[in-house]
Amino acid sequence: MSDEYRAMMHRSEVAVSVELQTQDMTLNIGPQHPSTHGVLRLVAQVDGERITSVEPVIGYMHRGYEKLAEVRSYAQMTALVNRIDWVSGFASEVPFIVAVEKLMGIEAPERAQWIRLILTELFRISSHMVFTSSYPLELGATTPLFHVLRERERVLELIEGMTGGRFHPNFNRVGGIKPAAGGGKTQKKVSMDIPEGWLDATRATMERVMLSTHQSDTLVTGNELFKARTVGVGVIPGDKAVEYGLSGPNLRASGVAYDLRKHEYHLPYDQVDFDVISAPGGDCYDRYWVRLQEIRESVKIVLQAIDKIPDGPLRAKAPRVLKVPKGQIYVRGENPKGEFGYYLISEGGQKPYRLKIRSTSFSNLSILPWVLKGALVPDLVAVMGSLDFVLGDVDR
Amino acid sequence: MEDFIVAAVKTVIAFALLFTVVLLLVWIERRIVAFMQNRLGPTRAGPLGILQTLADGMKLLFKESMTPDRVEVWLYLAAPIMALVPAVLIFLVVPIGAPITIGGTEYTLQVTDLNVGVLYVLAMSSMAVYAIALAGWSSGSKYPLLGSVRSAAQMISYEAAMGLALVPVIMFNGTTSLAGIVEAQGATYFGFLPAWNIVLLPSFVVFVIAMFAETNRAPFDLVEAEQEIVGGFHTEYSGFRFALFFLAEYINLFNMSALTVVFFLGGWQGPVFGPTVLQWILPVIYFFAKTFAIVFLFIWVRGTLPRMRYDQLMGFGWKRLIPVSLAWIILAMIAVGIRRFGLPWA
Amino acid sequence: MPAPLNKRSRFAFPGLWKGMWFTLKYLFTPVPTVMYPQEQEIPVPRARGVIALDPEACTVCMLCARECPDWCIYIEGHKEPKAPSKPGGRARTQNELDRFEIDYSLCMYCGICVEVCPFDALYWSPEYEYSTYEVADLIHGKTRLKDWLETVPEPPALEPQGESS
Repeated sequence: MSDEYRAMMHRSEVAVSVELQTQDMTLNIGPQHPSTHGVLRLVAQVDGERITSVEPVIGYMHRGYEKLAEVRSYAQMTALVNRIDWVSGFASEVPFIVAVEKLMGIEAPERAQWIRLILTELFRISSHMVFTSSYPLELGATTPLFHVLRERERVLELIEGMTGGRFHPNFNRVGGIKPAAGGGKTQKKVSMDIPEGWLDATRATMERVMLSTHQSDTLVTGNELFKARTVGVGVIPGDKAVEYGLSGPNLRASGVAYDLRKHEYHLPYDQVDFDVISAPGGDCYDRYWVRLQEIRESVKIVLQAIDKIPDGPLRAKAPRVLKVPKGQIYVRGENPKGEFGYYLISEGGQKPYRLKIRSTSFSNLSILPWVLKGALVPDLVAVMGSLDFVLGDVDR
Repeated sequence: MEDFIVAAVKTVIAFALLFTVVLLLVWIERRIVAFMQNRLGPTRAGPLGILQTLADGMKLLFKESMTPDRVEVWLYLAAPIMALVPAVLIFLVVPIGAPITIGGTEYTLQVTDLNVGVLYVLAMSSMAVYAIALAGWSSGSKYPLLGSVRSAAQMISYEAAMGLALVPVIMFNGTTSLAGIVEAQGATYFGFLPAWNIVLLPSFVVFVIAMFAETNRAPFDLVEAEQEIVGGFHTEYSGFRFALFFLAEYINLFNMSALTVVFFLGGWQGPVFGPTVLQWILPVIYFFAKTFAIVFLFIWVRGTLPRMRYDQLMGFGWKRLIPVSLAWIILAMIAVGIRRFGLPWA
Repeated sequence: MPAPLNKRSRFAFPGLWKGMWFTLKYLFTPVPTVMYPQEQEIPVPRARGVIALDPEACTVCMLCARECPDWCIYIEGHKEPKAPSKPGGRARTQNELDRFEIDYSLCMYCGICVEVCPFDALYWSPEYEYSTYEVADLIHGKTRLKDWLETVPEPPALEPQGESS
């Protein structure tokens, strides 16, 4: 083969490759897109249907909670923090209250702690049910949404029967749970203890929730099309998950069996028996599966807790006007979505000096550019949904 | 002149029938899917919400039809019409009942019987892809573009599978006229089993699957996958132009169900008895009953299954359906040969 | 605990059939829908529907307005001389409530005002049918808030093992 011929070959190959090179298209996904769970914006470079890079643009729902905390009293902040992650309001309320309690040197009475535990688990069930219902929807199956949300409604009814709120319970108070309100004489607002029949209703509802998980198994988990869409899609290996600071079910689905409920005992989780669910695959299917199993574990916890709940007062002695002594503390808890923490600095007085919120979804979202590199546009939806973030939690 | 009047009357009847059926179809789908999802669906407009589609249509009619800045205006305006026209045209060759004889003249219950009916049907259903591709491209927007590219690839590849699935039917019945195919299925096996083409089971399965892709229905509704590419090709359409796409989609759904019945389930064939009028009506009832059974299958699948991914869909089409239909064609060829010429060694 | 993956079943699609059977079963299952305007669900007694006011109990102390996180309570009052409690005693004054308005377009239903009221003038009512066509109409005054007082239910009975101390 002569050099000339080789050069010609070379040139022709170059010509071909240049001809086939196409320009990447910038695809703006969001902020208003059906599957971005609110107002997330992804700037994706796509080559046909294949994504070459993704950059999440966040902040469309920034409500300034950290700054707001500096001008609101602790009681007012309690009402605000459960709006950060609105799907699991109570679970983000507890660490904040515990942080204040720890700084003030108050400990909630046992009964209050058990009620906190039950409500946290109910919110975990509710949050995971939102996921198991809406995730198939993102893959195009509409039916599971209605069947799962129907049962979730029963859980929300329980929460409402106890706290009065469905999404934003605002039920924690420093030193316990919501007390006999006000100092008046009438009997109309005496106590917010467990209403009559609530425990039985909980037992019944938990059965329905278990039934609902079986329905999810029938409709979704075993479905071959669902598996085809999720198995092996968006694989996050365990070490990458740790590197990016993933937590909660997303981390456990990557094979890292780390659950804060087993490590941080500001609620009596050590007295109930439950398993930490984890799966080795790290793909979308495992993330779905872990959450579905966690609903079952939470049901187990709730059923144990309503048998173990002790008698006693609901609230420790706490001053009416909260003045938190000088100091700083970091308290974290296992939110349904992962680790949710508050770094609270108090300079004394009625307001926090600084409140840093370690919100779960923000960290979970950060892996998106890495995991979506080279994925297809439909996979983007599958992966994004499987990370289960709430935009209010991302932007705070 | 009389022929012309007959054709005109038939066309008008077919048109009215088609649109009535489609209005009903949308309502039926919404109600059935709703019940599958344990809810009620539309109940307020008219008795049991039966007028809901009409209400929606009126709403779309009176809505402003926006034309975005960056569209190719002529193609953008033409695309909805291009979607609707072939959809309506397909129905013209579908026989919906047995021929009826009034005053010595025989009238067929189809607008026209083409001797190349099968080819005509395939050609018309291929036209739909132009509408969708052009709608997406002319919108001058990215999501519609993605949708139209998807639709072009998807519909072309499933068109092939669909055509191949029909080859054994044509060989078996020895005709490409739809009326002829239905006639040919009138016979019985052993005196009681209807000789419907459903005995060509692989063809039937391939045809039904390809039909799902051809009509852009779940689980192959990638073209308008809401969760991925918003509205797909009709993202930029609003008002009545959107309504035309919507209408075309449901007409296609009905057409494809009707064609399945014609090709595989014996068309209007069924036990006929009683006075003459009943003998005219019964086949029509059979035809619609069978068609709505297939429509129910469509709805049922939509109510259950998640969407496939684009590459999986293409892989499924080219790697599974087309080889299967090719192999089946060869088998059917041998079978037909044996039936006609006897065993090769005999 | 690994997620179960049955790769074997790729051709028979048992999962698809199971799902199809499920939806078919629900096609013939009664629907739990409550047709809203004709029939209504009764909210739980603790439901935070709307805040009711007992104007007689209010002493215009402004605690609720001050504690409200988004300042949606507007209160105005004046001092009214009151006859001395016993003849010859000192003439006293009493705070009279002129205006008590809650802007429900701002209210976030946290219940802090109900909780801080030291005179039991505010209550939660589960009433929820007060939507309006105009946002401005969501500001409800004294009289409307008093009307809601009648809808305040008795608090639910508690589980017997409850707070005994």
